[in-house]
Amino acid sequence: MPDDVTSPPPADLYRQLLLCRRFEEVVAEQYREGRVPGPLHLALGQEATAVGVCAALRRTDVITSTHRGHHHCLAKGADVDRMMAELLGRRTGYSAGRNGSMHIADPDVGLLGTNGIVGGGLPIATGAAFGLQVQGRDDVAVCFFGEGATATGNFGEALNLAALWSLPVVFVCENNRFAELTPSSTHVAGEVWQRAEAYGFPGVRVDGSDVHAVAAASHEAVARARAGDGPTLLEVMTYRLSGHYVGDPATYRDEAEAQAWRDRDAVARARADIAESDATAIDDEISTLLATAVERALAAPTADPEDLG
Amino acid sequence: MTTTRPLKFWQGVNQALHQEMERDEKVVLVGEDVGGPGGPYGVTRNLRATFGPNRVRDTPISESTIAGLGVGAAAVGLRPVVELMFFDFCMLAMDQIVNQAAKYRYFTGRSLPFTIRTMSGSGGSYGAQHCQSFEAWFAAVPGLTVVMPSNARDAKGLLKSAIRSDDPTLVIETFGLLTARRDTPVDEDFLVPLGVAETRRTGDDVTVVATGRMVDRSLEAAERAAADGVSAEVIDPRTIAPLDRATIVESVSRTGRLVVVQEAPGPFSVAAEVCALAVEECFDRLRAAPVRLCAEFANVPTPQELVEARVPGVDAIHAALLTVTR
Ligand SMILES: Cc1ncc(C[n+]2csc(CCOP(=O)(O)OP(=O)(O)O)c2C)c(N)n1
Repeated sequence: MPDDVTSPPPADLYRQLLLCRRFEEVVAEQYREGRVPGPLHLALGQEATAVGVCAALRRTDVITSTHRGHHHCLAKGADVDRMMAELLGRRTGYSAGRNGSMHIADPDVGLLGTNGIVGGGLPIATGAAFGLQVQGRDDVAVCFFGEGATATGNFGEALNLAALWSLPVVFVCENNRFAELTPSSTHVAGEVWQRAEAYGFPGVRVDGSDVHAVAAASHEAVARARAGDGPTLLEVMTYRLSGHYVGDPATYRDEAEAQAWRDRDAVARARADIAESDATAIDDEISTLLATAVERALAAPTADPEDLG
Repeated sequence: MTTTRPLKFWQGVNQALHQEMERDEKVVLVGEDVGGPGGPYGVTRNLRATFGPNRVRDTPISESTIAGLGVGAAAVGLRPVVELMFFDFCMLAMDQIVNQAAKYRYFTGRSLPFTIRTMSGSGGSYGAQHCQSFEAWFAAVPGLTVVMPSNARDAKGLLKSAIRSDDPTLVIETFGLLTARRDTPVDEDFLVPLGVAETRRTGDDVTVVATGRMVDRSLEAAERAAADGVSAEVIDPRTIAPLDRATIVESVSRTGRLVVVQEAPGPFSVAAEVCALAVEECFDRLRAAPVRLCAEFANVPTPQELVEARVPGVDAIHAALLTVTR
């Protein structure tokens, strides 16, 4: 990732979106083959949140992710082979295959971790922003979380503290309309983005099917954080096209609503932005990348009890 | 010759913080009232004046996020010291301590140089939500180091070691000991190593393992027992996790008797662990069943007389030493 990206070329956006989309699909296939030893929460339909937000980030910026975080990891520059190997429980994975999907971290690219605890990243991203501020760095911390996490105490604590200390953090609420098996109306009172106002900093709602809109909002929020002007809360309105976990039939979901989101799919829209020949080349590139990742992972030894320590 | 001074416990903590913040600019201190006011009990006085508001910060009352400040700041290169005012308040930060900090190395393979200071209200009249002893809870979590100094010297030396350690360390201070004195090296390089017990008194007939406020009481009881012809060895583990098993096993193997004294209730406690250790490792050498002297399994009361009625006193420890060696 180059420093100070402004607006990535459309081909790059498509490549990244497609990588996130196809990664999930490939991992889901592996899961159905019985090769993924843990639970999988996919972010199908949510790719533009990760790609758009991370388009404004440098390698030295840090993010915290969630239980549904493969797209965040990929967009921040995590290694595809090591991610795939981790998900397939292989020793070549990020933590020797012992931890799986909810515990992928790569501090070298600023990925402080996906997280099995809903809301667990809010205090950590706030702390990272504090650490960056103390050191006088102009890097920022970005915290990804679902709308379900806005019901946790950590949300109120983190927003208040980040505002008080004017921390360089961007809170990104990825509102995919569901928390586990229930709609957000069961979880969230009022509007998430408006909660920022009460703490005295900007709250912005953005269309998560439009990667350019997400990137623009992210640029503004990140620039504000870098300049020392404090936090921003971005609420990205998106939709989870997959079940909560692979295997969840998602019978609670309204098919017409899902179809409406499929019709505005960010990946398809990004593909339409570039020439067909370029798009085909990227399709092939990503297919090869993922096929190779699976092949390499499957050739590696499985997780070993020796690595427990 | 190292120069020592008879510091109070809180002064040991304060000196450790001054020295480590002076030594390494990556050390920062955050917590409720730690800055301007110098801590609710004055333990952190002058740090803000010395090191400034960038490195010493008063937080809002947000225990989970206060702990998260430590996790996140350590992850990006600082050596944060986080104060969670009372041990009881750590309950609000459990996720950050147990699920996040303690797992960081496991998930990333990286260090997380993060110190949490908290205080058990033991010995004070603060009641059932300010005086609990949770050391065994945290000691049961892989990935956490837990230390519990019983005096000024160890408070200073252990805290300095905790701050220099590359992994999350919980330092439990004790309210009832804050003004107790012990000769303490003033030296900047004085450290008490993590994971190493101190044998405070040598003896042949019975091993006493005591923590926190119970260490001084055990030493006094051992003096009295000496007058009765009983020679008691007193060990302060200082670090609860990882426990210095070797020192305890060596001593119990020699004396054949064990009395464990603690301020926490007995069930599922550090005392239970130490007894299990003795039974597993010293079974053939035991000449009597291990004895636990603990707080009653009841919530902590507020009036001082009731506080003391609930925990082992010198008389009870003395009596146990005589009984177990009879
Ligand atoms: C503290 C905590 N409570 C409950 C859960 C179980 N859980 C896992 S995902 C989830 C829903 C989270 O919803 P949201 O934050 O909106 O994220 P999404 O799954 O929609 O990405 C729940 C309740 C958990 N992992 N952690």
